Amino acid sequence: MTSKTPSAPLDVQRIRADFPILRREVNGRTLTYLDNAATSQKPTQVIQSLVDYYERYNSNVHRGVHTLSMEATEAYEDARGKVQRFINAPSPESIIWTRNTSESLNLVAYTWAEANVCAGDEIVTTAMEHHSNIVPWQQLAYRKGATLKIIQETETGRLDMEQAAELITERTKIVAATHMSNVLGTVIDIKALADAAHEVGAVILVDGAQSVPHMPVDVQALDCDFMAFSAHKMLGPTGIGVLYGKPEILEAMPPWMYGGDMILEVTYEDASWNDLPYKFEAGTPNIADAIATGAAVDYLSALGMDRVWEHEQQLTGYALDKFDGLNGINVLGPREINDRGAVVSFSHDSVHSHDLGTALDQLGIAIRTGHHCAMPLIRSHGIVSAARASFYIYNTEAEVDTLIDGLNEAERYFSKAGIL
Amino acid sequence: MTQGLGDLDELYKEVLLDHYRNPRNTDLLDDPESEVDAVNPFCGDEIHMQLGMVEDKLSAISVTGQGCSISQATGSLLTEIVEGKTSDEARALRELFRGLMMGEELSEEQLDDLEDSVALQGVRRFPVRIKCALLSWSALIDALDKVAPTK
Repeated sequence: MTSKTPSAPLDVQRIRADFPILRREVNGRTLTYLDNAATSQKPTQVIQSLVDYYERYNSNVHRGVHTLSMEATEAYEDARGKVQRFINAPSPESIIWTRNTSESLNLVAYTWAEANVCAGDEIVTTAMEHHSNIVPWQQLAYRKGATLKIIQETETGRLDMEQAAELITERTKIVAATHMSNVLGTVIDIKALADAAHEVGAVILVDGAQSVPHMPVDVQALDCDFMAFSAHKMLGPTGIGVLYGKPEILEAMPPWMYGGDMILEVTYEDASWNDLPYKFEAGTPNIADAIATGAAVDYLSALGMDRVWEHEQQLTGYALDKFDGLNGINVLGPREINDRGAVVSFSHDSVHSHDLGTALDQLGIAIRTGHHCAMPLIRSHGIVSAARASFYIYNTEAEVDTLIDGLNEAERYFSKAGIL
Repeated sequence: MTQGLGDLDELYKEVLLDHYRNPRNTDLLDDPESEVDAVNPFCGDEIHMQLGMVEDKLSAISVTGQGCSISQATGSLLTEIVEGKTSDEARALRELFRGLMMGEELSEEQLDDLEDSVALQGVRRFPVRIKCALLSWSALIDALDKVAPTK
């Protein structure tokens, strides 16, 4: 990702005013929310769009001829269009609503891959994946007699692109890679992987759960065949996600779930499938949350994703500098902020991440602890768990300072307790 | 109201810290009657437990592992109270310990039965950490079940 000259920085104080939860107290302190890679907080605009839907035009979509149904359908499809423009997808039909990133990834594993991967074929993924982009491929490999190949991490926390070139071969059917590691913060050069995959006739599926909320993402420029992400990590509600697919590929894919809305014509003997994207949206969809996802996209678009990325780059650089001065703490992932997102994972030489997490919670600081749904990656770093601070549009340098002070206080506490 | 880390003293009692720093009964058994690995999938805490049985008595126990202070200290504390007990007595102690974690009122006598493990009482004020404290007790039940499954 090339960083341009920064435009006006985000007005963080004004942004914070839109997030009611940031005013609550935890254990007597103002909340310092640094668990954004797990889920983001929601602005009033998103919360209000849910209330509006349920109070004013709650109705089923694509069915009724009455006013409420028409309004709900229009808002639901509008939201799809907003997501389409947000990631520069070629058409609204290429945006499929799912429950979350995991469901989007599984959809591809159970449809495209089920139909196209055979015994002896290879699936290539990376050492930096979330469990949701490893386990579906392990299971597919078992079912099909295919082989899973893993591109490793370099010593500086980057993806080994030389190894990628070796592993992506004529036997490769699909490359499944994260755009940004939820543990290391590493941003992977998806365009390079896509080119390598296409050269051998394979497709590429991108886990965009950590990238789409934080940086400008253009699926056509990346030339990815599929991109999966969740609304709840980008100011939207839980329970809704997106699968983008190139229309010609989606067109040729069999459906996954069967039921209402996804059919064209049904007899007692047979059925034919509806057009895209409805072929993949069986049953009454998550209407309210789709509409609220549109509101989240509006919010981010108004800020400008270039500015969001700039803000996070600045905070990450600031945090990495501060972490350098801490005793006993080892930061995972790249130390330079280029192609690195706003995730700072770390382990302590002698204090387990849960003990750190509990201590920070006493100070009102929310971080993630544990294996981050990336057990193989955590273990490859010779540790069993890590702590992670992750930033978003409403976080400030003062909050990074609060975290650093908290870590110092925890260090003093555990030192006095004799477990350092 | 602001407070520092003082409340953590409820959690990190000296007995617990002592067992975390110097875990007891970590030597592996030569010929264990039963052996289990328990993992907390939520956080990655790991416990490896071995039991030696003579007739129905726990003649020896070994606990090793890696994880947070609560999970590891509980494992060490557990070894001290179950050694020499019958499997039924050990199962009963697990019920007592679970009751302690869930905030049930225990009698003086029951608290005495738990010996130093009573120091873990403070964990219940930190609900997400209760599962750390229960891990090795679940491992004990699994290990006992391998010897003689409950009906």
